[in-house]
Amino acid sequence: MTEPLIAVEHLGIAFPNNQVFEDLNFKIDRGDFVTVIGENGVGKTTLIRALLGMLKPTSGQIKYFPNKKATKIGYVPQFRNLDQEYPLTIEDFVGLNVHGWLPWLTKAEHQQVRTAMAVTNVKKIAQRPLGMASGGEKQRAYLAQAIVEQPKLLILDESTASLDNEMKYELLDLVQNLNQTSDITVFFVTHDLPLAKKYAKHYLALRPGEQQFGDMADMSIEQLKEVTNV
Amino acid sequence: MFSLAFMQNAYLAGTFIAIICGTIGVFVIARNLSFLTHTLSEIGFAGAAFGIFMGWTALSGMLIFTVISSVIVGQMSVKQSRREASISAISALFIGLGILFLSLSNQTSSYATSILFGSVIGIAHADVIRVAVLSGIVLLVMLGLYRPLKFDSFDAIGAKVSGLWTTAISVVFLVLVAMSVSVAAQIVGSLLIFILLTLPAAAARYFVHTVSKMIGLSIIFALIGVWLGLYLSYVTNLPVSFFIASIECLFYFAALGFQRLRVGA
Ligand SMILES: Nc1ncnc2c1ncn2[C@@H]1O[C@H](COP(=O)(O)OP(=O)(O)OP(=O)(O)O)[C@@H](O)[C@H]1O
Ligand SMILES: [Mg+2]
Repeated sequence: MTEPLIAVEHLGIAFPNNQVFEDLNFKIDRGDFVTVIGENGVGKTTLIRALLGMLKPTSGQIKYFPNKKATKIGYVPQFRNLDQEYPLTIEDFVGLNVHGWLPWLTKAEHQQVRTAMAVTNVKKIAQRPLGMASGGEKQRAYLAQAIVEQPKLLILDESTASLDNEMKYELLDLVQNLNQTSDITVFFVTHDLPLAKKYAKHYLALRPGEQQFGDMADMSIEQLKEVTNV
Repeated sequence: MFSLAFMQNAYLAGTFIAIICGTIGVFVIARNLSFLTHTLSEIGFAGAAFGIFMGWTALSGMLIFTVISSVIVGQMSVKQSRREASISAISALFIGLGILFLSLSNQTSSYATSILFGSVIGIAHADVIRVAVLSGIVLLVMLGLYRPLKFDSFDAIGAKVSGLWTTAISVVFLVLVAMSVSVAAQIVGSLLIFILLTLPAAAARYFVHTVSKMIGLSIIFALIGVWLGLYLSYVTNLPVSFFIASIECLFYFAALGFQRLRVGA
């Protein structure tokens, strides 16, 4: 039996003059690896913002199990404009997401940061300013920051878009490893169908006004292309 | 030099000012708010003149003006508040107001120069106490808010998606900046405040790469500028702000040079 982590029921989201979703339904199981595919502007980032609670649904609901508070979410956003002069070291950057009231990090919290850097393979470059890291290293640092508080759900919004082929697979290998060994459920937005096919267990294909949710194993890349084409 | 009471006062107040400006400055730079400290110092000038006009201290007038305007700015989105034309308009308005209040209050023009450019001789013991108390408050609030403030300043997008109250943090921070501006104006004058609030921190980020080290180095740069500036001003009888400005610029350009060498560009 699979346990649900999040259930989206009859979700509707509208902006002024723009109904993004009308009746969206799907379930994310614990330990699942869901990929979200769909054209630009179909509402993938909007859906994420709703899952994070940053956006109120206009209808329907999102259920969290056992509750919203226990369902900690780590998120690697689609855009993050840190320039070349961005000064913080990767270690300090990862530590930003450790919440608490003490001005300094405790021993246990330092350990948390080191663990996150170890599993994302940035420990060797921990003292390098993030602005000088390569594209792939930056994405791994973002990933480390997202998982430093040991979230139940990890959301990646097109984190591979700027990476070359080799680095894409490297990053997704890390994510898959987290998924399998650390009990982290993954919700992964991408335009890259071969990548989605290789790593995901389920797919959510979005089209204006409709959706399809199912087992990745049942789909070929050609079929995936078909269900997302407008 | 230290046998003179006003020099003792100047050094004490200068030390507090350097510490809070060095600290706050790191976040001012990280949040790209240099332009705002500039506007706030002009608003501070108007506030000081208003305070004198009302028969209060310059510091209270400054505090009222800068705190209120920073709360207003905090409510606007960053994009809105950055529009250059509106910034220039606001600055012009407040400089005008400052001049108006000064002339209404029948103060001599030397008073105006001391508000604008700072004055060492003007610092009384009571001023030092006020500066110390305000600095203490600013530092305590910073300490209490340190992690959220750090997150929001150095990774605004990450902080927002992690559920931090970023708007509240923004407003509180701007109030802290307003308080620091008012405090720093006591020595360097309202027109040169932005020097202490921006240059030491801007220089520090090229040498060190964690927030705590940046704060430490930025405080050191600010302290050297203020201490050395006061000394040189005492010896030469030239304005202290001139020396502070020159010393901080020196640090900043040295930092740029250092960065160039390291990147090898
Ligand atoms: N705050 C907003 N106000 C109004 N409309 C919005 C807002 N945010 C998004 N939209 C609109 O909602 C639709 C979905 O946007 P969203 O960013 O979710 O698309 P996406 O699937 O993530 O696209 P992409 O693949 O380009 O990232 C778009 O038409 C967009 O213009
Ligand atoms: Mg998007």
